[in-house]
Amino acid sequence: MPFNFTVSPDFGPDHVSGWFYFNTWLQRQLGVDIHLELYDGFEQQRADIRAGKVDLIYANPYDASMLVRELGFQAVARPAARRDEAVIAVPADSAASCVEDLVPGMRLATTADPDVHTIGMIMLESADLDKTNIEQREYESYVLIAKALIRGEADAGFFLKQSYDELSELIRGRLRSLVSSQIGVVHHALLVGPRLAGRAGDLADLLMTMQDDPKGGYVLESMDIRGWERMSVEQTEFMIDLIDTLVD
Amino acid sequence: MSQHASREVLIRYMDGRERTAIVREDEVPYPDGKLIVSRTDPNGIITHANQAFVDMSGYRRDELIGANHNILRHPDMPAAAFQGLWETIQNGAKWQGYVKNLCKDGRYYWVKATVIPNIRQGRLVGYTSVRRKPSRSRIREAEALYAGMMKEGRHAV
Repeated sequence: MPFNFTVSPDFGPDHVSGWFYFNTWLQRQLGVDIHLELYDGFEQQRADIRAGKVDLIYANPYDASMLVRELGFQAVARPAARRDEAVIAVPADSAASCVEDLVPGMRLATTADPDVHTIGMIMLESADLDKTNIEQREYESYVLIAKALIRGEADAGFFLKQSYDELSELIRGRLRSLVSSQIGVVHHALLVGPRLAGRAGDLADLLMTMQDDPKGGYVLESMDIRGWERMSVEQTEFMIDLIDTLVD
Repeated sequence: MSQHASREVLIRYMDGRERTAIVREDEVPYPDGKLIVSRTDPNGIITHANQAFVDMSGYRRDELIGANHNILRHPDMPAAAFQGLWETIQNGAKWQGYVKNLCKDGRYYWVKATVIPNIRQGRLVGYTSVRRKPSRSRIREAEALYAGMMKEGRHAV
């Protein structure tokens, strides 16, 4: 029976093939059968996680809390030099010059991406804005949020910083960033579940030198990941504690 | 250097210690987008301070590590506010509130603070505190609340 691998649905659409290459590379290196299942949304993925259908996951920091604390997963590695930060952006011609200029009733464009949404909502607090006094609409992607802002369908939008920076210059030129988070310790992580726990050490060792292997380097490039950093139990717990302080 | 007047204030801690601190009436603006993060041991001794904490407090990192977290307590903060914090987190729950902190140079900054107990394998190993930017309206409410509590005569911090 193969192990099951999945990826947080907030990965960039340009890197889908990269995750399949990674899965193939992993199977060859570990000598085990692994099935990669990608999901369009968070809810179905979480349901399958809770049903015990996942053994390996590249998880967003929000879900990592549930995976580690409730389901006995352990973090193996995190992407090198990549942290999850959020941007609040407005149309370029918006009258708002800072977050505090946003007012109750404003129309927010967001995604189901839980960590970006959480960080974004925290940055709105300084304007006395919360879910009770704004209009929220969820979009499928950050490109659609950008389009909503440009069309005047939203007053402000939440972006994963990396996704905001990857928007085309044409689109980004019609937007303006009001604030960008600088948290530095919130990031995705590769986690193994109980069935695969016995291989966690082998997996971590493989990932630490992945960039030195020609095929591994190519796979990393296709995932837009520079390399992996080892994650200790305490580093994982620290990040989860921090996330816990941010959620209500 | 600030143009605001400064004063010396004797700060008495609940454990009986006291120190004289310089207090200035000017505020350090909370930086947009940043979180101040620290961790302590179960007794409130700082074991981790992120760069935003170092920058805002004015202390060097090596001055913060090993110090009691109450090094930041501003004399305008009533003891009862911290008593509620400790009672909450020692019961294993999350505490959230607005806090006026004292910088090393006597200036102050307001934060919305969240403190949670760190539990490892069922054992309390410390606390994590994360501070974020508060709104001006919440600061005004907290100022009024704490001023009222101070008038009730609870001067120990």
